[in-house]
Amino acid sequence: MPKIAFWQGNMGIAMGAIAAGCRFFGGYPITPSTEIAEAMAEELPRLGGKFIQMEDEIAGIAAAIGASIAGVKSMTATSGPGFSLKQENLGLAYMAEIPLVVVDVMRGGPSTGLPTKISQQDVMQARWGSHGDHGTIAYAPSSVQECYEITVEAFNMAERFRQPVLIMNDEVLGHMREKVIVPEDDTLVLVDRKRPTVSPDEFVPYRADEQDDIPPMAGMGDGYRWHVTGLTHNDWGFPTNNAAEIEKKMLRLMRKIDRFRDDIVKYDTESVKDADVLVLSYGSVARTALSAVRMARKKGIKVGHFRPVTLWPFPDKELELIASRAKTILVPELNCGQMVLEVERVVGKERVVRQNLVNGELFKPAEILSKIEEVA
Amino acid sequence: MPREEVMKWLRTRFFPHIWCPGCGHGVIMHALLRSLTALDKKPEETVIASGIGCSSRMPGYINACTVHTTHGRSLGFATGIKLAKPELTVIDVMGDGDCTAIGGNHFIHAARRNLDITTVIFNNNIYGMTGGQYSPLTPMASKATTAPFGHIERPFDIAALAIAAGATYVARGTAFHAQLLTDLIVKGIESKGFSVIDAITQCPISYGRKNKMGSAADMLAWQRDSAVPAQAVAKMKPEDLQGKFVIGELYRTTAPEYTAEYDKLIARVYKKGGKEN
Ligand SMILES: Cc1ncc(C[n+]2csc(CCOP(=O)(O)OP(=O)(O)O)c2C)c(N)n1
Repeated sequence: MPKIAFWQGNMGIAMGAIAAGCRFFGGYPITPSTEIAEAMAEELPRLGGKFIQMEDEIAGIAAAIGASIAGVKSMTATSGPGFSLKQENLGLAYMAEIPLVVVDVMRGGPSTGLPTKISQQDVMQARWGSHGDHGTIAYAPSSVQECYEITVEAFNMAERFRQPVLIMNDEVLGHMREKVIVPEDDTLVLVDRKRPTVSPDEFVPYRADEQDDIPPMAGMGDGYRWHVTGLTHNDWGFPTNNAAEIEKKMLRLMRKIDRFRDDIVKYDTESVKDADVLVLSYGSVARTALSAVRMARKKGIKVGHFRPVTLWPFPDKELELIASRAKTILVPELNCGQMVLEVERVVGKERVVRQNLVNGELFKPAEILSKIEEVA
Repeated sequence: MPREEVMKWLRTRFFPHIWCPGCGHGVIMHALLRSLTALDKKPEETVIASGIGCSSRMPGYINACTVHTTHGRSLGFATGIKLAKPELTVIDVMGDGDCTAIGGNHFIHAARRNLDITTVIFNNNIYGMTGGQYSPLTPMASKATTAPFGHIERPFDIAALAIAAGATYVARGTAFHAQLLTDLIVKGIESKGFSVIDAITQCPISYGRKNKMGSAADMLAWQRDSAVPAQAVAKMKPEDLQGKFVIGELYRTTAPEYTAEYDKLIARVYKKGGKEN
């Protein structure tokens, strides 16, 4: 029997992580993400897992990566300033191909900004925050139910693709309580990283399988010896300055995500078939935007809604198709215009209208409704 | 040539190494490998983590479970590995800059937690990898590329720092006293808790040359002549210790070890299907 729970979004993420098999959390308190750490501190030891509050966010993600290297599914969670601090080690996890889930519960920035107020100002940082090229998988849930489900999926993707996966939650959803239908553990589909099938003597740690471009990963302590490094490396995991080896590694890092982009991309639509106006929004904003769209429909306006669930990879081909008949694409965002750049890349600038809010508040449905009426 | 059992720990595939002629880092690596073989450790159950620097390139050459991380942060990674698999032997090697500048915060907190990790700090008084900038271990009045007129900051005393922060085994050796260093690392690994070995080593290229310390051999002679064995200190007058440093075991105590405490905590709260409790 599925269980009915009444959780905050942050709790939904913590419980989703537990259900996904996460047994290690390294973190540092920061509003509005702290409830995730607190829930993990309470839940993990009961399951034989481990929580540790490190001395800062840098060490928090370092410990989480370390645990994953040792074979344990692990997570860290933070908000704005902490997300900035994590970027360098996030890059190490991309380069060394270590599965990991990182949650950023977005608050207003820049700097300490608005610790208790919502924003969507970190969505480009999710894509480009850590230096150097890499593929990104980043989700933006929109309900507590989805916080739970997306977290399970995030772990599955991290394990499958051997890389960090980001969950871009926001302050409102993080703290909002809502009904959640919690599936029974044995009904969940869980993915584990591919393990080596060869003996330790034959193991070449970064030799990828051709069918998926992903190298099997041994846990340290499982009898295999291998080298982890953030330096660009060859199949042996050893630092290289050889142009061919460098290119091979870099292109594979990108390709392992690009190839399976269709398996990763997730989005949601409502009333798009005949829409003249297409509203595109994500996270908590999608909740108000959807109310606005429904109100506008009642008034006879042909408006629909497109919600990217994966911000990265961005559902570009899907949007292109769905937006093809819309005259206007309205993009309400709690930043000065970030995901809208992707929308413009896909559909061109001419039809795109921005609606931005950076005062720490969430849009009210009436505000988006009047914008819909204005552009319809 | 190192002994056969030491050779077995090397990834000769990854040679030649990056260290300059005369660098003391290889001697410290040899001491570490001798201590691991003396303790009969298995490479597949031994993790060697490091940050970034010349010294931190060492794990790459060792055929164990090796983790070359980010500058200053290796103890964070090592903490996660040790917590996830407490049965593994975890060694963390760092440069003096790696450990006490960018990694200083992680160092004191790992010591405070008394996690069962042995750290070996390759203390060459300088940032070697980036070409000779001053580190928190550069002595006053020394020259560095970023202290062309002589250094005006006071250096850390790594041992005192480690003891104050809560490390339970603290020792100092040098590249010259390679056998002593091996023994100290052995004891550090055996000691259940956070062990710190300050390993003084020479960087003839980026430190010695700038400070007119002569060749690598001269720098080794300096280590020999400046080191005072811990047992001898009691009989010495403070003025005799001027310009010298103490080598040997400097501190040892017992305190609750973190992974053991964690296991006790889990034993207290663990319930089958835990969530229901
Ligand atoms: C975040 C970051 N800052 C700076 C550097 C550049 N850097 C590489 S090694 C190093 C210092 C190395 O000195 P030390 O830790 O004393 O080790 P050594 O090379 O002397 O063995 C620095 C500053 C870096 N790699 N990463």
